[in-house]
Amino acid sequence: MTGVNDMMTKQSDDVIVKTLSRLLIPFMQVYALYVLAHGHYSPGGGFQGGVILAASIILFVITFGIDNALRRMSEKLNIILCSAGVFIYAGIGLLCLILGGNYLDYAELDKILHVGIAQARSLGILGIEVGVAITVMAAALSIFLDISTGGELSSKEKKT
Amino acid sequence: MVEQFAALIIVAPLIASLIVPLIGWRQKRLCYPWVVAVLVVPFICSLGVLNTVLTTGKFSYRLGGWAPPWGIEYAIDHLNAFVLVIVTFISLIIAVYSKKSVEKELAEEKIAPFYTLFLLLVTGLLGIVITGDVFNLFVFLEISSLSCYALIAIGEEGAPTAAFNYVILGTIAACFYLLGVGYLYIATGSLNMADLANILPSMYHSKVILVAFAFFTVSLAIKGGLFPLHTWLPDAYYTAPSVVSALIASLMTKVSAYVMIRVMFTVFQPHFSVDIVPVLPILGWMAVFAILFGGIKALAQTDLKRMLVYIVVAEVGYIIIGVSVANRMGLTGAILHIMNDAVMVACLFLIVGAIFYKTGTRDINKLHYLNKKMPFTMAAFTITALSMVGIPPACGFFSKWYLILGTIEAGQWVYAAALLCSSLINAVLFFRVIECAYLKPLNPVNAHTGETHMIQRDEAPLTMLAPIVIMAALVILLGMFSGNIISSIIQFAVPASF
Repeated sequence: MTGVNDMMTKQSDDVIVKTLSRLLIPFMQVYALYVLAHGHYSPGGGFQGGVILAASIILFVITFGIDNALRRMSEKLNIILCSAGVFIYAGIGLLCLILGGNYLDYAELDKILHVGIAQARSLGILGIEVGVAITVMAAALSIFLDISTGGELSSKEKKT
Repeated sequence: MVEQFAALIIVAPLIASLIVPLIGWRQKRLCYPWVVAVLVVPFICSLGVLNTVLTTGKFSYRLGGWAPPWGIEYAIDHLNAFVLVIVTFISLIIAVYSKKSVEKELAEEKIAPFYTLFLLLVTGLLGIVITGDVFNLFVFLEISSLSCYALIAIGEEGAPTAAFNYVILGTIAACFYLLGVGYLYIATGSLNMADLANILPSMYHSKVILVAFAFFTVSLAIKGGLFPLHTWLPDAYYTAPSVVSALIASLMTKVSAYVMIRVMFTVFQPHFSVDIVPVLPILGWMAVFAILFGGIKALAQTDLKRMLVYIVVAEVGYIIIGVSVANRMGLTGAILHIMNDAVMVACLFLIVGAIFYKTGTRDINKLHYLNKKMPFTMAAFTITALSMVGIPPACGFFSKWYLILGTIEAGQWVYAAALLCSSLINAVLFFRVIECAYLKPLNPVNAHTGETHMIQRDEAPLTMLAPIVIMAALVILLGMFSGNIISSIIQFAVPASF
């Protein structure tokens, strides 16, 4: 635990901070999903949604401490999410290619979704935005954890 | 299926790189065969793409089915199909080589991240080459640079500092490139290279376009390590792990040179780069100094790898001289040298990696009896060294021949003198190494008894030796068939107006 900032490991004692975070975090996450889901036809999108999601988890870390946060979302899960997001993106592109179109040609998704070409394009973009959001969330969170623990987090996990 | 090859070149290594960490979690040993197997895909695809270009001429691939200039287009002509084959082949060879070297030089838990970054770097380089969109090129430039910084930073002592210097200069270069793209976009409203080439001629005297062009040139000179903007290069390439040095020294600078040719002669028309902006003489003189400076600094080194690093600085100058004379001969030489130099430099760095793997040293003066210890490796070294000096039939001779013809045709005698001078410096450099390895001292003598004793053969493992031998054979083969390569590919890659 040496070198890790106490602020990060200990819970906050402040009732106001704790209660407010408890109230805020669910709303932040719902808002993130809203921004994500509306990204392809209004301002917002995968990146913004992902950052808001990451912000909600960062607020949790600041309030309840890193140990509590890692119990809910381990670093390993974070790394898996980080590459899973890109994988969703590239995988949807590859799926279009396998279905006979060009790479990322969402219109081809109609062949498995049976919803009409315009709808298939919309769903295709939504799928891609979900992938982007997951990766951005995981990456932003791991950057925050790395900086706030001085890069000692992964070595600490290995020892235990 | 064939028409999807252009996408698969990028998608296969990209998706595979994401799977590497998962494989590394279960079985670290499986990362290596996975990476090698995956890199076969882009190689086969790039051969298919080259074949398509040779039979039907240039074609474009529309990502997502959107028509250019709105969508992103992969525009493939003779020039980038040719460079694609080089990049995919060399990355495959280096991946084959990587097994033992990585196991020795890196900590065990870094193997999976290493291979992830390796594939991402290859993805980035391939993307830079294949794309026909200036902003998409920036994205791939960043993918390759970011993975490159990280790969350098896991090297030996001093690597984080070198990588940090590279991060700063590389980021400045990336910013300049992006600013250039932004200026072009403000002026034209387009990001597609072919579309830009159509729109730009009417506004060639606009200040915005001139500034954009200046940004592009400086950015690519930094990325390519052209003297005097090369300062990040020697330390970064020297401290990186052997495999990484081989990959980036042979491909990064060549890909930057490719982008420079692309921007100067495709996005901007040749007559803009030649007549309107006085950029070519400046680049030419920078290249002359790069060649002389690289050669002289290389002479001062006693460490084999550091010597090679300065040779890379000089080799960048070769390609840029070919570009700066702006005639058919010179540009043919430059494009041919992109291939030859990639093969030669990769081979030399692989050999140094193998020597380091076996002997633990890179000091030129400690290479005694290496001809007996590692006969095949040293034979490969000698062949490549002769090619670097420029002795036929090795491939180095032919690209230098065209470069010198180009400089003479342009009446640039100083450039020609610099090229010849560099050949002499290379001769001194490499014969010094060969002398140490083959000739000095003649018979190993036991200090105590005064008897001569036999040196045991101790060759590098097969996964390292086979790539080295293949590359050395390629140095000769590419030289022997360089006439065919020029007549069937490169003469179409040079802009028609030359």
